[in-house]
Amino acid sequence: MIRNTAAQMADALAKGETTSVELTQAHLDRIAAVDGQVKAFLHVDSAGALAQAKDVDARRKSGEKLSPIAGVPLALKDVLAQKGVPTTAGSKILQGWLPPYDSTVVSKLKAAGVVIMGKTNMDEFAMGSSTENSGYGPTFNPWDLTRTPGGSSGGSAAAVSAFEAPLAIGSDTGGSIRQPAALTGIVGVRPTYGAVSRFGLIAYSSSLDQAGPFGRTVLDTALLHEVMAGHDAKDATSIKAPVPAVVAAAKSGDVKGMKIGVIKQLQGEGYQKGVQTRFDESLQVLASLGAEIVEVDCPSFEYALAAYYLIAPSECSSNLARFDAMRYGLRTGDVNGASAEAVMSATRDAGFGREVKRRIILGTYALSSGYYDAYYGSAQKIRTLIIQDYAKAFTRADVLVSPTAPTTAYKIGEKVDDPMAMYLGDVATIPVNLAGICGMSLPAGLADEDNLPVGFQIMAPAMQDQRLYQAGAALEAALLTKWGAPILSKAPELKGAK
Amino acid sequence: MALPTYEEVIAKWDPVLGLEVHVELNTASKMFCSCATEFGGAPNTQTCPVCLALPGALPVVNEKAIESTILIGLALNCKIAPYSRFARKNYFYPDMPKNFQISQYDEPICFDGYVDVEIDTDEGPKQFRIEVERVHMEEDTGKSLHVGGATGRIHGADYSLLDYNRAGIPLVEIVTKIVPGTGKYAPEVAKAYVAELRDILRGLKVSDVKMEQGSLRCDANVSLKPIGSDVLGTRSETKNVNSLRSVERAIRGEMIRHAELLNDGKKVKQETRHFQEDTGLTRSGRSKEQAEDYRYFPDPDLVPVTPAASWIEELRATLPERPSLRRKRIKEEWNVPDKEMQAMINADVLDIVEATVLLGADPTKARTWWLGEISRIANDQNVAIADLAITPADVAQIVALVAKGELTDKLARQVVEGVIAREGKPAEVIEKRGIKVVSDDGALMAAIEKVCAEQADTAEKVRGGHLPAAGALIGAVMKETKGQADAAKVRELLLKHLGQG
Repeated sequence: MIRNTAAQMADALAKGETTSVELTQAHLDRIAAVDGQVKAFLHVDSAGALAQAKDVDARRKSGEKLSPIAGVPLALKDVLAQKGVPTTAGSKILQGWLPPYDSTVVSKLKAAGVVIMGKTNMDEFAMGSSTENSGYGPTFNPWDLTRTPGGSSGGSAAAVSAFEAPLAIGSDTGGSIRQPAALTGIVGVRPTYGAVSRFGLIAYSSSLDQAGPFGRTVLDTALLHEVMAGHDAKDATSIKAPVPAVVAAAKSGDVKGMKIGVIKQLQGEGYQKGVQTRFDESLQVLASLGAEIVEVDCPSFEYALAAYYLIAPSECSSNLARFDAMRYGLRTGDVNGASAEAVMSATRDAGFGREVKRRIILGTYALSSGYYDAYYGSAQKIRTLIIQDYAKAFTRADVLVSPTAPTTAYKIGEKVDDPMAMYLGDVATIPVNLAGICGMSLPAGLADEDNLPVGFQIMAPAMQDQRLYQAGAALEAALLTKWGAPILSKAPELKGAK
Repeated sequence: MALPTYEEVIAKWDPVLGLEVHVELNTASKMFCSCATEFGGAPNTQTCPVCLALPGALPVVNEKAIESTILIGLALNCKIAPYSRFARKNYFYPDMPKNFQISQYDEPICFDGYVDVEIDTDEGPKQFRIEVERVHMEEDTGKSLHVGGATGRIHGADYSLLDYNRAGIPLVEIVTKIVPGTGKYAPEVAKAYVAELRDILRGLKVSDVKMEQGSLRCDANVSLKPIGSDVLGTRSETKNVNSLRSVERAIRGEMIRHAELLNDGKKVKQETRHFQEDTGLTRSGRSKEQAEDYRYFPDPDLVPVTPAASWIEELRATLPERPSLRRKRIKEEWNVPDKEMQAMINADVLDIVEATVLLGADPTKARTWWLGEISRIANDQNVAIADLAITPADVAQIVALVAKGELTDKLARQVVEGVIAREGKPAEVIEKRGIKVVSDDGALMAAIEKVCAEQADTAEKVRGGHLPAAGALIGAVMKETKGQADAAKVRELLLKHLGQG
């Protein structure tokens, strides 16, 4: 049952072949069996999940009209506030905090009858690309437990990949949904900036953050996308427009006549051979389906990484100032009449990890008077240039494509002491965030040299998210025919699995 | 050296002012969330995830606050920016939940305006133009109460209590350009400017403008330069100036303090100073010699403010009469003497008197009631006139009853007292207290005859031409009629009765 797609589960629920309680319990059992090795979850809310499942079963029985994925269980990245459920954003500084309110995404999930099973591990405050920066230890890639699942939404991606949950929610500031999706062989979408409310999403970089769906298929991902998106008056940057018809697009899956642009700057040198090979093959598949492949030039992408590592730290240095021990979370050093300033300082020193401190310091410096124009100001100009590159490219192509990440999953500890090497892993995903557009990663096969999943990235203009699903579903179907079975069937069995 | 006198200061030094006024808007909800803004709630009861800066919470701009700020800008003759942004001012302080304040930095919503004020000078009334550099929006901080320690400041306190009810209340900051050329009138010009601002804001109905509650706060920047010099001196910034009188005192005090330092060849320190209401002096606060780095940057959680030109024009059309013009008009229309006009302005009763007049009362009578009897009761009870239970409609009605002869002035005072004591509207008070003018000559004559019979000796004296003795008889008649007779009428009838009419 747990190996089915979310769409199949929803179908079985609708037909009365199973109940949400049964389905949820099966997943909780799977979590109990394998999460000791994967460590995807920071908190499993069994009682809360079963209560939600029971409630949605009752609503279904009473004949209430439910959302298409009502009763399907889900894993939630710990960056989203859920009332009464521990929410830490992967940081020790928030250990024990119980939000008194629901994020808008959680409200929408609850309203749709989606069962939230627990909170998943992540790089602290979403800062990282391997989930190794979590204050609570790393998550392990179900494909190879010595490797990282990517990050920062590594817990959510690993949970879906390990069949602990059919659906999950992540957040993507510089690739934190797409890159772990690529590294764990699943589908992940970063919606257009402003399409999903950020209210209740613990901020890393406000102008780049966006929550989005994970699934094992393009359609599953679309079903969740449609539930979580939509305008929210509580988020000033939320877009006032209808949610694009992503489910319909995922069901149609047609690329005939579609113009697909390959970004010159996001391939070749620096990309692992097996990654490039699978990417090129996927392009051929798309061409054989009737798509027109063109090459586009995005010269400013060269500076995207530098701009990102100025803008995101600058915003985070301000966003994370609120963690000061005064109202919630960790408080240390409050002894012998210590001053408020001393307590703030001691708490932040004890509560934040190395990467978070590194980015706060970087951002504080970049915003300083006298340096602002050179750093933050210049980064914003690059951002404008990247937006212009995309605008120009989208006049020649309906969607743009690239490998999602330059490499497959790397070993835990391999890059942890080399931030620059880690940052380079985000080179292909970051431009989407800087431009505020949407992007998807879906599996393109396994790299020959290491038999690990490779991600294929599709990008579309703002609020044209349906194009991702249309192209993605077409490629997915063709590759499935070619492989004969879903890619996850090739992943090794986890010990303890029934 | 001794402290110089004010005359000595202005003989040598030329003051330059700069005024920053913070106004709390009276919107129903806070600047970036829907919490209530009412003053005086129990601590931390008017808070939510947004104004407590809980993780994940986001600000959303209060449209009403933007409207109010644009109105203020228009009333101060400012230009309104078609595009402005909010910025974050980053610094750590426990009363600021986010550890940054959402404000406006290099892109304020209103800029380049002016306010004209008039003051009395040795050469007669003179007008000064105060140029307004900018008007911008920001959010207020919470309040800290530092307990223990001698100074009430954070350093040395045993512990601090925090109330976030005020955190996020919309604030508008009005900043002047430097104000040169006011000479010895600097303190009065500053006071007149703040008073004019207060009146403008009140007319716009965008703020309670209560300085004592902090809904209007003034920071006064003062520096001195030698007379004739073009080089500005070092300024100090005095905070906590919470009344119009304090504005004047604080500036005068700072001018003297600066002059003393400069006369001694010492330097004025660029710093924040706190005004002490009790002594009228300022004490040193934060040093500003090293400018703090607030790391301003545009707030990425908010979108730019882009008011449509048509909306701005709609708002401009709703602007009320400018207070200075209104005062001039009222003075002429009602023919009010200078001194009385000033008294009304000082007592802050112009609005209420005008409302009474608009309800049909004679301007002089209306003014007399509000400035006289009602002001006296407010003073006795130590409350603001506006907080008394009497309305312009009540006063207008009472004035009308007196005019019709249904009340005497003395009875009218009893009715006013009754209304203020919440006994009801004038008609109810008259009814309940049994107040009635005894105008029936027959009833009066009966009382007069009775009194004259009882006090035959006194009556005889009056009959004999000793008129001052009539007072005692009139008093007795008034007593007999329970004060409901018109004393003038009693006198007339009594004297006639005793052959003196």
